[in-house]
Amino acid sequence: MLNLDQYSCLGAALRDALDRWPNQECLIESDRDKERTRLTYSDFKEMALPLARALEDADFKPNDRAAIIMTNQSKWLISAYAIFYAGGVLVPLDYKLSAAEHLQLLAHSRAKFLIVEYHLWKAITESPEFRAHKVQAVLVTEAPPSANLAGAFRWEDFRRKGDPAFVPRQREDVACIVYSSGTGGQPKGCVLTHENYLEQCKALTAWYPFWPGVRYLSILPTNHAIDFMVGFIGPFVCGACVVHLRTLRPEFVRNAFVRYRITYVSLVPIVLKNLERGLKANFDALSAPKRLFLNGLIGINKALTRWRPNVALSRGLLPQVHEAFGGGLKAIIVGGAFMEPSTLQFFYDLGIPVANGYGLTEACTALTVNDLKPFRADTVGKPLPGVELRVLNPDAEGIGEIAVNSKMVMSHYLDDPELTAQTIVDGWLLTGDLGKFDGNGHLQLFGRKKNMIVTEGGKNIYPEDIETAFEELPVKEYCVFAANYVWPAKKLGRETLVLVIRLEYGQEFNYGLREAMLTCNRRLPDYKRVGAYLVWSKDFPRTASMKIKRTALASEIGKSLDRAAVVAL
Amino acid sequence: MTQATDQTLDQILTLAATHFKVPREKLTPDDDFFKTLRIDSLQALDLLTRLENHFHVELPDYELQGVSDFRTLASRIQARL
Repeated sequence: MLNLDQYSCLGAALRDALDRWPNQECLIESDRDKERTRLTYSDFKEMALPLARALEDADFKPNDRAAIIMTNQSKWLISAYAIFYAGGVLVPLDYKLSAAEHLQLLAHSRAKFLIVEYHLWKAITESPEFRAHKVQAVLVTEAPPSANLAGAFRWEDFRRKGDPAFVPRQREDVACIVYSSGTGGQPKGCVLTHENYLEQCKALTAWYPFWPGVRYLSILPTNHAIDFMVGFIGPFVCGACVVHLRTLRPEFVRNAFVRYRITYVSLVPIVLKNLERGLKANFDALSAPKRLFLNGLIGINKALTRWRPNVALSRGLLPQVHEAFGGGLKAIIVGGAFMEPSTLQFFYDLGIPVANGYGLTEACTALTVNDLKPFRADTVGKPLPGVELRVLNPDAEGIGEIAVNSKMVMSHYLDDPELTAQTIVDGWLLTGDLGKFDGNGHLQLFGRKKNMIVTEGGKNIYPEDIETAFEELPVKEYCVFAANYVWPAKKLGRETLVLVIRLEYGQEFNYGLREAMLTCNRRLPDYKRVGAYLVWSKDFPRTASMKIKRTALASEIGKSLDRAAVVAL
Repeated sequence: MTQATDQTLDQILTLAATHFKVPREKLTPDDDFFKTLRIDSLQALDLLTRLENHFHVELPDYELQGVSDFRTLASRIQARL
């Protein structure tokens, strides 16, 4: 791989990677059973440089911001490289957000350019807020020939001849602005520098190296910190290949493992659990003798890989299981949310190591990862090289808030010095996550100090962000909490949002009110919905400016009522 | 709503009920299918595959984005028939 210590910015490292492995494959893109694209590093360069030149000619200047809203595909990475080449700042936005949310984040980030897939652009142009957008130029990919692009350019035609000027950046310059939460409240734009990414990449590849010939299956959205790092920067600076799928239907994902002999994949817990369910169903369908035989082989594999994984041995013992994953899988990287140890152990026992880790967007990607020496299902691993972690104010059991000091910690939150000052104190990033270290230096997580949840799909949900969805609710007042914030559980999992309502004087809870709650809830994307409600009998404590004192209210509810008092919605 | 969409909707409800083993009479057009069928986003994609096979259409994953009720799903499918 490239020696990242020698580079001051991502653009320079990527530029050298394209020159170093010109004939190696870098991208494969498949749509269902059809392969759409296969590019070498040299092809990639040929596609990116005319775009960089066109950006330059269109007055895209160093430090200008360009947003990308696309599903995982080759044009995402080509566009990102062109932006870095021109010295720009990349704003990767979650394609699953609504059009209104996209417009809000475009405005917040002050993106000058937008690169977007046609179907997403169509939704944005149909949004009532569209007229107010201030993006200077929009490039739309894959637009049908007859499409009305509302003033946007076609990405495929937006290219110019001639060598673009490469714009070097310093390590402390901003590389990306990444939003760590949804919208509705105050958007949290993490400002990440080139140094953050270069250091993160160096640390991760020290433990989980890529090399030419490795194929990484990119399933998590590329805007997500994990995929951006291990599905773009990491493989590219090592000459490896990234495989994109245009559909994430389980049957096509399964086919891709075999078809492309995948080496690594990153998954969020919900997908890993789905794979576990599928495998268990297959095992259950076996006849009793075959099942007994399989259990015996799993037992042998378990005993022989107790201290360290031996993928070659496991493949020999359990060939059919490994062939279902293509026969070349070395590890599954899982992160983004809490993963049940039993699922991790299930895969490890089959000889498929799962690298469980912990991180947050504010610290670039990952802070700890399981180094598999030996595998541990009950922890999120050890701190990566270059990461210093501390447990603040530990209780009698040693559990306290995790704080981080590292070159991977973001510069600040965009336009929010107050939140930045609360989050980064004396150079230490306060994660809001509760944990402790065991005797072997492994980090164990126990819950959150913050009022937030992380879904199984790896999305951060801040209750304040979704409260506006309940504005029409005919009640005196309401508030949304993470259940674990009100009733600290000292363990992860069971994360749900609770809608707390205070009725008007004389008002009774009835069927109509429940229906109104359901209607409001339905307007939210499924992953943002509240899971339960609670009728609270006192007025909410408020500040002089009439803001709800959330911490005081949560504490009052937590002390007066048991978690069992909430009613499922 | 057109008669054609009504028919599409009815077929979706029947197919979802059969596939996820839920009594057909328990499903209504405006139900949130994630809740009524107790499914996650991946199982919803699986439902989409079954609907494609049934209606002989190709539905990109993004057609399901932001959709959680059977009625909207029916209109998306109807638009491609």
